[in-house]
Amino acid sequence: MSADATAWEALRLSLWVACWATLLAVPLALWIAWILARKEFWGKSLLNALVHLPLVLPPVVTGYVLLIIFGRTAPLGQALEAIGLRLAFHWSGAVLAAIIMGFPLMVRAMRLAIEAVDPKLEEAAATLGAPRTAVFARVTLPLIAPGILAGSVMGFAKAMGEFGATITFVANIPGQTQTLPSAIWTALQIPGAEGQVVGMVLMACVVAIGAVLLSETLARRVAKRIAGA
Amino acid sequence: MTLDVHIKHRFADFALDIAFQAGPGITAIFGRSGAGKTTVINAVAGLLRPDAGHVRLGETVLSDIVQGVFMPPAQRHLGYVFQDARLFPHLSVADNLTFGVRYARAGSKGADFDDVVSLLGLEKLLTRSPNTLSGGEKQRVALGRALLAKPRMLLMDEPLANLDGPRKQEILPYLERLRDGPMQLPILYVSHAVDEVARLADTLVLIQEGRVRAQGPLFDVMADPAAVPLLGVREAGAVIEADVESHAEDGISTLSISAGKLELPGVHAAVGTRVRLRVLAQDVILSLDRPDGLSSVNVLPVLIEGVHPGDGPGAAIALRAGDDRLLARITARAVKDMRLHAGMHCYAILKATTVAPGSIGR
Repeated sequence: MSADATAWEALRLSLWVACWATLLAVPLALWIAWILARKEFWGKSLLNALVHLPLVLPPVVTGYVLLIIFGRTAPLGQALEAIGLRLAFHWSGAVLAAIIMGFPLMVRAMRLAIEAVDPKLEEAAATLGAPRTAVFARVTLPLIAPGILAGSVMGFAKAMGEFGATITFVANIPGQTQTLPSAIWTALQIPGAEGQVVGMVLMACVVAIGAVLLSETLARRVAKRIAGA
Repeated sequence: MTLDVHIKHRFADFALDIAFQAGPGITAIFGRSGAGKTTVINAVAGLLRPDAGHVRLGETVLSDIVQGVFMPPAQRHLGYVFQDARLFPHLSVADNLTFGVRYARAGSKGADFDDVVSLLGLEKLLTRSPNTLSGGEKQRVALGRALLAKPRMLLMDEPLANLDGPRKQEILPYLERLRDGPMQLPILYVSHAVDEVARLADTLVLIQEGRVRAQGPLFDVMADPAAVPLLGVREAGAVIEADVESHAEDGISTLSISAGKLELPGVHAAVGTRVRLRVLAQDVILSLDRPDGLSSVNVLPVLIEGVHPGDGPGAAIALRAGDDRLLARITARAVKDMRLHAGMHCYAILKATTVAPGSIGR
C-alpha cells in the first residue's frame, strides 16, 4: 500500500470509528447523565467514579483492561465472538475503546445541561396534560439539545484522537485497525517519512476544526430557537 | 362540581392538616408565608404526594392515599398558573399557549384559541419569545396556556405576587372576567394579599400554621371578628356590595348599599354596576348618637351583633347594617366607656377615603 493510500485509509477508518462511537455512545451517555443528574440511588458515587475512570487512568491501562475482558482468550470475548461480534484486533474494538474513552466527556457535558433545566418547567408541562415521554420530548430535550451537541462533538473529537487504549486493544494493522493517530505514530517511526506525517497531521486538523465549526453552527441555531429570537 | 380536599402532610418542622371544599366561583386560600398554602395547591395538582388524605373533584377521585390512589398530574386536567409563570423558554408565546391543547380531554368544552387570545389581550404577543415579555404579560400567557388545555378547574398560586401595583391592576380585570364570564371555571386561588382575596374570592379559606382557621362565603368570613388576627389588624375588614347610582362633577359618587347611601371619591365603575367595597375595620368609628358636623358624610345606623375583645388593647365589634355585616376595630377602653354590648343600636362612621372602591370592584 502506498504511503498516500495508507493515510487515506487511516482517515477513513478513523472517521468510521468516530461516527460509530458517537452514534452508539450518545443515547447511553444521555441515559447515564440523566440518572446522575436526576436520580438518587445507592452506589451513585460509584457509578460516577466508574464513568470518569477512563479520564484519569492511563489510556494504555484502559486498553489493557479491555483486552483482559474482551480479548480472544477471555471468556466474554469468546462468547461475543461466538455470536459473531469480534472486538479485539478488529475495528469494532476501536469503536468500543473510543466509546469508553469519550464517555466521561459526553456524560459530563450532558449532565451539566440536564442539571441546568428547571424541573419546574417539566412540572408545568405535566399540569398541562403532557405524559412523561412528551414532557421529555417537548420540553427537556429541546432545552438540553445544546449540551447533547457539545457532548457529542467532544466524544467525536476524542474518538478521532484516541490512541493509547485503541492501539493496546486492537493493535495497529494498516487497513484494519490503523486509525489516523496510529498511522501518524507509525510514520514517525520511519526515517524520512516526515512528509507523510505532515499530511496526516493536516488531515487531523481539518477534521477537528470542521467538527468544532459544525457544532458551533448547530449550537447557534439551537440557541436561537430556544431564545425564540 | 365541588373540589373536596383533605390533606395531611408532615414536614420536618410542622404538620399540615387541611380540609376544605371549593365550589363554583373563586375559592381563595389565604394565609401568611409558610402557612402551607403552596403545599395544599401542589397536593391538589398532584405535584406533591401528601402523607394522607384525599382530593376529589366532583365524582373523580384525584387522590386517596389510604386507598392507594394517586392520579399523576398529567391526568388530572387542572390548569395550574404558577407564581413564576413557568413559560417554556424555547417556544414562542403562541406555541406556549397551544402546548396543552393536544392533551385536552376529548369532547371537553372550553375556550378556543381566539377566545382566549382576545380575553387576555395577547394578540400582539403571539410571535414573541417569553423572555422578552414583562411580568404581567408572562402571567397572562401562563393563564391562557392553562385555559387552552381545557381544564376542569384552575389552580392559581399567588399569580400576582411577583408583580408590582400597576401590573396587578393589569391582570385583575382578566381574572374577574374569567370569574364572571361564560366559562364558569371553578378557581382555587392561593394568596397572601388580602386586597386580591377581597376583590376576587367568592369563598374564603383562612389557614394558619397548617390548619384551617375559618372558611365560608367571603362576605361572612371577612366580617367575622375571629378573622381579624388571621388577616392582620390593619387588613381586616368587611367586604360589602354596593350599586353605583351616580357620579357628581366634583368626583364624588353615590353608591347604594342595603343600609343606605354612601358618598365616595374615586369610583370609576359605570353607573348601574355592582362593586365590592372593602371597609377596613380600623377605619370604622362608632358613635352612640347620630353624629353632626363631621367631615365624613358616610354614617350608617348599625346594630351591634357581638363584641370580641382581642389579645391586646383592641376589640373587634361585629355590626349589622341593613343586610350587610361590618366590622369595627376599636379599643377595649372605648368598649368599656361606651358600654357597648350585643343588641345595642349605634352609628358607624366610615372614613370616606378608605372605603375606596378603586382597588376593588367587579
